[in-house]
Amino acid sequence: MMKKIKSPADLTKLQEAAKQRFDPEKPCIAFCTGTGCLAYGTQKLVDTLKDEIVKRNLGDRVYIRNTGCHGFCERGPMAVIYPQKIFYQKIKLEDVPDVIEKTVLKGEVIDRLLYKDPVTKTKIVKEDEVPFYKKQMRLVFGMNGLIEPTSIEDYLAIGGYGALAKALHQMQPQQVVDEVIAAKLRGRGGGGFPTGWKWDATRKAQGEPKYIICNADEGDPGAYMDRSLLEGNPHSVLEGMVIGAYAIGSTHGYIYVRNEYPLAVKNITLAIEKARELGLLGDNIMGTDFSFDLLINRGGGAFVCGESSALFASIEGRSGEPRAKYVHATDRGLYNKPTTLNNVETWANVPLIINNGSAWYAGIGTEKSKGTKIFSLVGKINNTGLVEVPMGITLREIIYEIGGGIPKGRKFKAVQTGGPSGGCIPEEHLDMPVDFDALTDLGSMMGSGGMIVMDERNCMVDVAKYFLSFLEGESCGKCTPCREGVLQMRKILDRICEGKGAMEDLDTLEWMGQAIADGSLCALGGSAPNPVLTTLRYFRDEYEAHIKDKRCPAGVCKALITYSIDPETCTGCHVCARICPTQAATGEKKELHTINQELCIKCGACYESCKFDAVKVS
Amino acid sequence: MSEMVTLKINGRQVQAPAGSTVIEAARDANIHIPNLCSNPELEPYGACRMCMVEISHGKRTRLVASCIYEVSEGLEVKTDTQRVNNVRRLVIELMLSRNPKHPRLLELAAQHGVEGTRFEIDVRGCILCGQCVRTCREVVGVSAIGFESRGTQRRVATPFNESPAECIACGSCAYICPVDVIPLKEKDGVRTIWKTDFPMLQCRSCGRTIAPKRQLEHFAKITGQSLDDLTKSCVHCR
Amino acid sequence: MKKVAEIIQKYNSNKGFLVPILQDVQKEFNYLPREALNAVSTILDLPLSRIYELATFYKAFSLTPRGRHQLSLCMGTACHVRGASLLQESIERGLNIKAGETSDDLEFTFETVNCLGACALGPILVVDEEYQGQVTLSKTNKILKTLGKKVATDDEED
Repeated sequence: MMKKIKSPADLTKLQEAAKQRFDPEKPCIAFCTGTGCLAYGTQKLVDTLKDEIVKRNLGDRVYIRNTGCHGFCERGPMAVIYPQKIFYQKIKLEDVPDVIEKTVLKGEVIDRLLYKDPVTKTKIVKEDEVPFYKKQMRLVFGMNGLIEPTSIEDYLAIGGYGALAKALHQMQPQQVVDEVIAAKLRGRGGGGFPTGWKWDATRKAQGEPKYIICNADEGDPGAYMDRSLLEGNPHSVLEGMVIGAYAIGSTHGYIYVRNEYPLAVKNITLAIEKARELGLLGDNIMGTDFSFDLLINRGGGAFVCGESSALFASIEGRSGEPRAKYVHATDRGLYNKPTTLNNVETWANVPLIINNGSAWYAGIGTEKSKGTKIFSLVGKINNTGLVEVPMGITLREIIYEIGGGIPKGRKFKAVQTGGPSGGCIPEEHLDMPVDFDALTDLGSMMGSGGMIVMDERNCMVDVAKYFLSFLEGESCGKCTPCREGVLQMRKILDRICEGKGAMEDLDTLEWMGQAIADGSLCALGGSAPNPVLTTLRYFRDEYEAHIKDKRCPAGVCKALITYSIDPETCTGCHVCARICPTQAATGEKKELHTINQELCIKCGACYESCKFDAVKVS
Repeated sequence: MSEMVTLKINGRQVQAPAGSTVIEAARDANIHIPNLCSNPELEPYGACRMCMVEISHGKRTRLVASCIYEVSEGLEVKTDTQRVNNVRRLVIELMLSRNPKHPRLLELAAQHGVEGTRFEIDVRGCILCGQCVRTCREVVGVSAIGFESRGTQRRVATPFNESPAECIACGSCAYICPVDVIPLKEKDGVRTIWKTDFPMLQCRSCGRTIAPKRQLEHFAKITGQSLDDLTKSCVHCR
Repeated sequence: MKKVAEIIQKYNSNKGFLVPILQDVQKEFNYLPREALNAVSTILDLPLSRIYELATFYKAFSLTPRGRHQLSLCMGTACHVRGASLLQESIERGLNIKAGETSDDLEFTFETVNCLGACALGPILVVDEEYQGQVTLSKTNKILKTLGKKVATDDEED
């Protein structure tokens, strides 16, 4: 049990001691144990490896670390072996003996576990040479692979809480605010509001207590950066929050976490306890007269609670109904007191700014968007995962050089950014630099960082319908334009996808879109038309094909496609007939099979199961 | 006396107390802004979105709900622009799809050049203005009814859709509903509302029906008077 | 309703923690029984309509008992783009219930959930808190079969 830190000197001592725990020359296997890799079965892998090591009495020859998400989710289970930084991916249980024999005991590299570059076809040994990682700038996320999130000592060993010491003992609160303003940090949750100005406004507002809140309600489907940060490096978020509280003059804070993130809740709860033990949270932090503490509040399964006023309502124990935001939260927010609400990633950027200075931070990125951004690159992409890149990198670089392009040799069609509030960007704009304003100019937005890649087999009308259905289910229902308007827009898209649309429907969608954007109470309704309007803008031909030709070019909309069996390639293996739920697929074994269109419900089972590619979609 | 501010509504200079809303300022200046969920007795709610107006402060204009937006010095308000009317027309068409017959909605439709709704009609009656729930909570103070669920599933309901334990059968919700969808019946000394029968008490002097027993019990609790006190005489025979 | 009182005590009877309180109650009873909601209303001195509003607003809560097996299909964008809707329909057919429902024999609850954030493994079906990744129509059928449902799988012999 460690003693409380009462001065920067105490902190330095603890940081040194923490560093000394590990001999940098001794092999260390750092396994990714984020939620994604755990779903791959990594826990069993780690446990088996640990048992082996105990059995063979090698406990003093190697360290095992359970770290947070490494980001290269496509390749899990994965591990990095220090000190050489060997990168092993897609590790299986059977590989455990070799990992011990060859790599731990003999320092040899196991070829089959290395990442193979699909272009050069060569195997890559070191983590930072893997193309996925090479072009990234992992300032915020990079620590995930080095530390055990449940260990405050690990965080101290990499210099953790040094920024807090600097802020508390060398800077006045207003100076801290000014640093963040000078760094030009903008909110990473989607709004992109200048963080420093938000802090400044809260600091100057009337009312006590002042609150700071971390928005960990990450609701955009396909985005999971915040979860991985909270799971993998909770102290970085905590440190940022304490610095922010000092700057603003806040004594109370909350971390509002989505209900669906149990591991994140677990790790941040533990981090808070440990920080309290060491006097980094609570009364008289680090021996100063600054006191601040925080509580964790969990969401109940409502996307709308990611919206600031709905989030406040939820913390206040009410249903997540937003309020009109004519008065800023910085004046009247939680419990009508001055409140600063920032996203997880925003808070995690703060220690970096204090440690390295605003000039350093402002040197990264573009004119109006500084620093890095973590994106979740998912969908039809080879290298699915979390990537951190400097603002200003192009979409093409992210998708092709880091993401490895589209799988199965298919053609890129669009990339969706900004979640349900954003839009789909087509090929012609791939060379656009990624930053807040450029994305907004294209009709989309940065959003929280979800980047969903789509190929020629994705129907853009179907995608627009998907987002509307999502919002329909998440609307709080208070205001008419969102509650009823989104429903009616979705119904129009349903008809179009069923081949029952008319060209006037497109005009109606545009009219409704403008009215809903103007009339809605909050940003959920206000931005609900975006996916429809951007797909109409860039993919109008697809809408027209559905309406005029009753055709779905991508082969997705059920009412407009048929499944049939190609006589050239069918081998009569009978698999389709066996699994067809309606006996629409029939035939004699070893003879050509057919699909009865009257009975076919277009479930796709035959298409998926045919090993000879004989089932065609038209 | 609270400080007054000067603002412009549709080009006309108007004075209003600081802290009041644009719709209140407009009302006082005899400028009508259509609304369905706004009520001077209740806290502003901002749900129906009929009262949207276009405001500008300097160059930037945006749409805000006039029932919530507070007046400020130099504010410029336009209540009748195309953007504003587009929102109103959409809201009316959407509401008509839920309640195609009520005169109040048909009147609004006529006033805004809306001839019916292009959307599929799926009658529900309630327009979710929330006045009933808000009245029960803010004015009556018992919160017998509330909202259930969210989105298009949202509806006004009693807990578990059963007889509301907190209800005092005052009938305020039925009275305040702009589209008359809360049924209230009185027969043979019994008031029926929210599928529950509430026996009423009679004046012990003249025999006229005063109010539901539950409501009088509620008053008794609040005022400290007894039920006997409250039924001794009534408004008619006093 | 001693358990409910204990849970409320744990949160210092703080009304701001109504949602976490209800979550803990649901964890204890596998759903939110009426008596529990009445107890919360009484103990915290809040109108029942307010508790009921919360219990029906937030999708994490269920007012009816849930099945012995819990199946959750991720409907995040990445999973949708990889074909999750067809999977939803297939599971609904296999279990004979719609998403959001529990089977009459209380064996299965099937729901679609918002993005689980494990997009590399998409589409994902969580079966009794275990993540099954990269599921296909064929795989989901096999999962249903191991849970005791009669469905056709493509490895059966006639």
